[in-house]
Amino acid sequence: MLLTDSDLQAIWLTVRLAGIVTLILLLVGTPIAWWLARAKAWWKGPVGAVVALPLVLPPSVLGFYLLLAMGPNGPVGQLTQMLGIGNLPFTFWGLVLASVFYSLPFMVQPLQTAFEAIGERPLEVAATLRASPLDAFFTVAVPLALPGFLTASILTFAHTVGEFGVVLMIGGNIPGVTRVASVQIYDHVEAMDYLQAHRLSAVMLVFSFVVLLALYAWRPKPVRGT
Amino acid sequence: MTISKPLFTLTLLLLGTLASAAEVSVAVAANFTGPMEKIAPAFEKATGHKALIAYGTVGKFYAQIKNGAPFEVLISADDETPIRLEKDSLAVPESRFTYAIGKLVLWSAKPGVVDDKGEVLKRGNFQHLAIANPKLAVYGAAALVAMKKLGVDTALEPKLVYGENITQAYQFTATGNAELGFVALSQIYKDGQYASGSYWLVPPTLYPPIRQDAVLLVRGKGNPAAAALLTYLKSEAAKQVIRAHGYEL
Repeated sequence: MLLTDSDLQAIWLTVRLAGIVTLILLLVGTPIAWWLARAKAWWKGPVGAVVALPLVLPPSVLGFYLLLAMGPNGPVGQLTQMLGIGNLPFTFWGLVLASVFYSLPFMVQPLQTAFEAIGERPLEVAATLRASPLDAFFTVAVPLALPGFLTASILTFAHTVGEFGVVLMIGGNIPGVTRVASVQIYDHVEAMDYLQAHRLSAVMLVFSFVVLLALYAWRPKPVRGT
Repeated sequence: MTISKPLFTLTLLLLGTLASAAEVSVAVAANFTGPMEKIAPAFEKATGHKALIAYGTVGKFYAQIKNGAPFEVLISADDETPIRLEKDSLAVPESRFTYAIGKLVLWSAKPGVVDDKGEVLKRGNFQHLAIANPKLAVYGAAALVAMKKLGVDTALEPKLVYGENITQAYQFTATGNAELGFVALSQIYKDGQYASGSYWLVPPTLYPPIRQDAVLLVRGKGNPAAAALLTYLKSEAAKQVIRAHGYEL
């Protein structure tokens, strides 16, 4: 076997993290994207900007603030302690929470675009047929935006797999808990173990390429409402 | 064409400074950040040269130097990496010397957590103990040896969180995310004063000596600023700063 057990453990952890984050963001990101696509409130702009922040913020800034916020003296840390969960840094769920922030725009923005592309008309038609807004959302908007959901999920998953700086800052590099593949590669490089670094890097490279290939080659044609 | 006399003099002066003042690019181990921040300005003032400093993990510097990074001097956290660079013909032989011997300390940002015998390690009544990654950092490796000698390594293993380098181990501990951590004495001892919290100076018998070596890299050969920096590091003024940060010499 080319990869060591600890490499495989890191890959499995990465896949688990990315999968859970994608699921959570499907639940959290969809209503945000829906609202952003349809709202006319003045604070749509600020909300959109906050959602996009992780795109431009250096991961070190995000990681630093998360470490302080989730720490025993931070607001999130105080809350989790009050709830009896304890502190989140150095835990798998701490990484999940951080990644949800970090990958938020990758879920919300493609979904928002997909929802906007549907336009008002199909929903108005649904309303004249007495569909409730929720009904119309699930039976009209979701099927029409399906390609958007696919794109958003793939991008979110892939982006979480590629996460590094934030994990490095709040993870504590614990095998099987917070040592994801990108950190494992970094460790190999720093330990001057270049052969192992090459192997795992190659796996990541192939994975990333395949994901993007899937995204670009087989992307269904976007459905446009008229 | 005529040049006014004052301008001519000024040009000469400028050319003069350019000729004697050079820049040196230095890679400095993370644990030496504190003293280096004092030594560098003093060095610049004393010699007129300029030091461009990068702080980081020695393993990363090694990879970068091997791949052509423009560093001229390495101030390492260990003696292995400089020796390795010598073998790779990337460092100038015989330029290597030990500029400091690092000391390991068990520290908590909270008072009363760490007792002065380190018994807290045996009690284990904490959630997280931060150490620098033993694979990457000498201080991490030293911490592991000390825990082994104390017979607490297996019991504490599930509580360990690993900093990428000693700075991150300090950061985890300073923010309270880890209740205690093995850090470099230089990080919590400044100008003869200990930082707040509680600490235990790990007895030197519990871990191999942390020899920190500096070396002239091949790229710095012939650069007067690089030679001057290494000379300055051996000066009494620099040694004073190094000692004041809790290193032995």
